[in-house]
Amino acid sequence: MNPSVDAIPLSYYLGVSAILFAIGVAGVLTRRNAIVVFMCIELMLNSVNLTLVGFSAFLGSTNGQILVFFVMAVAAAETAIGLAIIIAVFRNKQTINIDEINIMKW
Amino acid sequence: MVNYAGYIVLLPLVGFLVNGLFGKKMNSEKLSGVIGSGCVGVSFALAVAILFEMMKAPVGERAHIVEIFQWIAAGSLTINAAYQIDQLSIVMTLVVTGVGFLIHVYSIGYMHGDKGFWRFFAYLNLFIFMMLNLILANNFVLMFLGWEGVGLCSYLLIGFWHDRKFDTGGYKPGTATTSDAAKKAFIVNRIGDFGFLIAMFMIFHLFGSLTFEDVFSRAAAVGTVGDKTFFWITILLFLGATGKSAQIPLFVWLPDAMAGPTPVSALIHAATMVTAGVYMIARCSVLFALAPLTMNIVAGIGMATAVFAATIGLVQNDIKKVLAYSTISQLGYMFVGLGVGSFAAGIFHVITHAFFKALLFLGAGAVIHAMHEEQDIQRMGGLKEHMPTTYKTFFVAALAISGIPPLAGFFSKDEILFRAFSQGSVVLWLFGWITAGLTAFYMFRLVSLTFEGAPRWNKDKHPHEAPKVMTVPLIILGVLSIVGGFIGIPASLGGNNALEHWLDPVFERSRMYLALLPDTSASSEYFLMALSIAVAVGGVLFARTLYLRKPEVAQKIASSFKGIYSLFWNKYFVDEIYDAGIVTPVVKSSEKLLWKGIDIGIIDGMVNGSAKLMGWLSSRMRKIQVGVAQTYAIAFVVGILVILAILLGHS
Repeated sequence: MNPSVDAIPLSYYLGVSAILFAIGVAGVLTRRNAIVVFMCIELMLNSVNLTLVGFSAFLGSTNGQILVFFVMAVAAAETAIGLAIIIAVFRNKQTINIDEINIMKW
Repeated sequence: MVNYAGYIVLLPLVGFLVNGLFGKKMNSEKLSGVIGSGCVGVSFALAVAILFEMMKAPVGERAHIVEIFQWIAAGSLTINAAYQIDQLSIVMTLVVTGVGFLIHVYSIGYMHGDKGFWRFFAYLNLFIFMMLNLILANNFVLMFLGWEGVGLCSYLLIGFWHDRKFDTGGYKPGTATTSDAAKKAFIVNRIGDFGFLIAMFMIFHLFGSLTFEDVFSRAAAVGTVGDKTFFWITILLFLGATGKSAQIPLFVWLPDAMAGPTPVSALIHAATMVTAGVYMIARCSVLFALAPLTMNIVAGIGMATAVFAATIGLVQNDIKKVLAYSTISQLGYMFVGLGVGSFAAGIFHVITHAFFKALLFLGAGAVIHAMHEEQDIQRMGGLKEHMPTTYKTFFVAALAISGIPPLAGFFSKDEILFRAFSQGSVVLWLFGWITAGLTAFYMFRLVSLTFEGAPRWNKDKHPHEAPKVMTVPLIILGVLSIVGGFIGIPASLGGNNALEHWLDPVFERSRMYLALLPDTSASSEYFLMALSIAVAVGGVLFARTLYLRKPEVAQKIASSFKGIYSLFWNKYFVDEIYDAGIVTPVVKSSEKLLWKGIDIGIIDGMVNGSAKLMGWLSSRMRKIQVGVAQTYAIAFVVGILVILAILLGHS
């Protein structure tokens, strides 16, 4: 086991992860550019990944790390589709400002 | 032989199935007619064979129960499809299949060329099947099956020409079709059936069984003469009988039932089905004997109906209407016989009436046929030269129904009148006597106007005698109308009242409860007989003088008693009264209250209301959906925070 990792306590990982997650949430809620919102979602995903990896090391179990691979694979797919949707929306409306993309209502 | 009793019932069913399923494909009047009549004919032959076997057996061993299969078994209730062959049911079976067979044969001629020929025979056979179930059943439920079944067949056959216009006799003219008459018959009968059903429930509740033998043998153990329960059971059964046998207050359907083809009027609405009520009461004689009050009501209603219908019959001009009211009147006689405790006399009149009334209707059918569907006797006259056989047989039947000795009607009617006098009261007898005079009068008014006098029809009509297939049944029935009464010649005339003795074992039990008076002396019987012969002959002669020699006097009488005449002509406005008092209120309240109020208002209102409530709520809720993704995201985050706070607050 890497001694430098051992030296850093779990709470540090969780703290960084929480900060990253909060930044992501704030970005999703406040930014108007769809791509930035999208990037913020990725940030939230990665903060969760960090938590998983942290716990995995702390508990000495590989389960968390395996789950992280799944999250990354899903995130990659999601990114591909999300960007495709953003491009399609831009072609139709000439904008990616999500305030103006409010057609999905009754 | 008695084991073959099931086939008596089965054969007409087979005929119904063959004609009903393949009749259209066979497309042959000959084949349909032969199958239809043949099945009933064989049934009749079987019944005759069983009768002879019963006559040979000693009195105590004549009755049999033939079980076919277990029909219903539920808890303590077990009902078998079983037939009771006894002295009463075999007599009725003979009448139904015998007269039925003749009418089937007659129908081959009468219905010739009708596009529904096969359908007609299928219905007739189904009717015979149901009627035999009614008669032969050994329990109330199977009897009720037959009871409903004949009602259904009556409905189907009244409305046989369902697209034809039908003259109700001044009431709502020009609007009715024969299917309206059929519906009327069905609905009015429904009221009676309701009574029958309730009575059946009460019987099961009281006796724990619906088999005749069980019920009648336990009757004495369950209650004493005059118990309230017996009164209600019998009065409800009698309500059923008034429906089926067209008595006051439910007689209104029978005159309209004449909308059906004439053989149907003869078979169902004169000879057999309408006597079902009489038969049912005779069958339940034990129960009725235990309820003296009901017996008095039966006699009273019977007599009221007899007089009432006879007065209407005096003035009607439709040949079938006259016969219809005559039927109602004669059925009234039968109920008088039952009501005074002389069940055998009632059944005796059922039998003789079946002969001469079937003959009268079939004769009327031949006339209507010859006159190209003309039914108004004011536009007939002088037909005796053109249709001698029909005239002769019709004349015989008219004599028989009028009570001229020694024809059939004399013996049976006189038996009833005599019993009404000796067991009932003078008033009862007096009304019966008057009705006998009225009967003789209206029958010979009918004969005179139809067959005699000068022709009053257009010369383009060419009335002709009916074909052999129709006249032969007329002749046979004519012979039966003459000799039919000899089965019940009273002792005072040197006979031995064979029918009454034959039926004795069936009614034996009921006599234990009846407070029968000793028969009055033979001299008073002779005196009564002389009086009834006098009134019958008087009625006949009066009608013949009035309508053949002095038609202007008839006119004068009609115009000088205008009030009474129009009362009779309009049938005492009973249809109008029922319409205003019952039908219209029911229709209006159904429409206004049940349909528009309860159905549309409350039931539909509840269903549509819940949908509307949801719609209204949704229309408010949808305001929340703004379509801006970040609004949703904020709601989402706030939600998570709230849940987190709650969870952390708990732990």
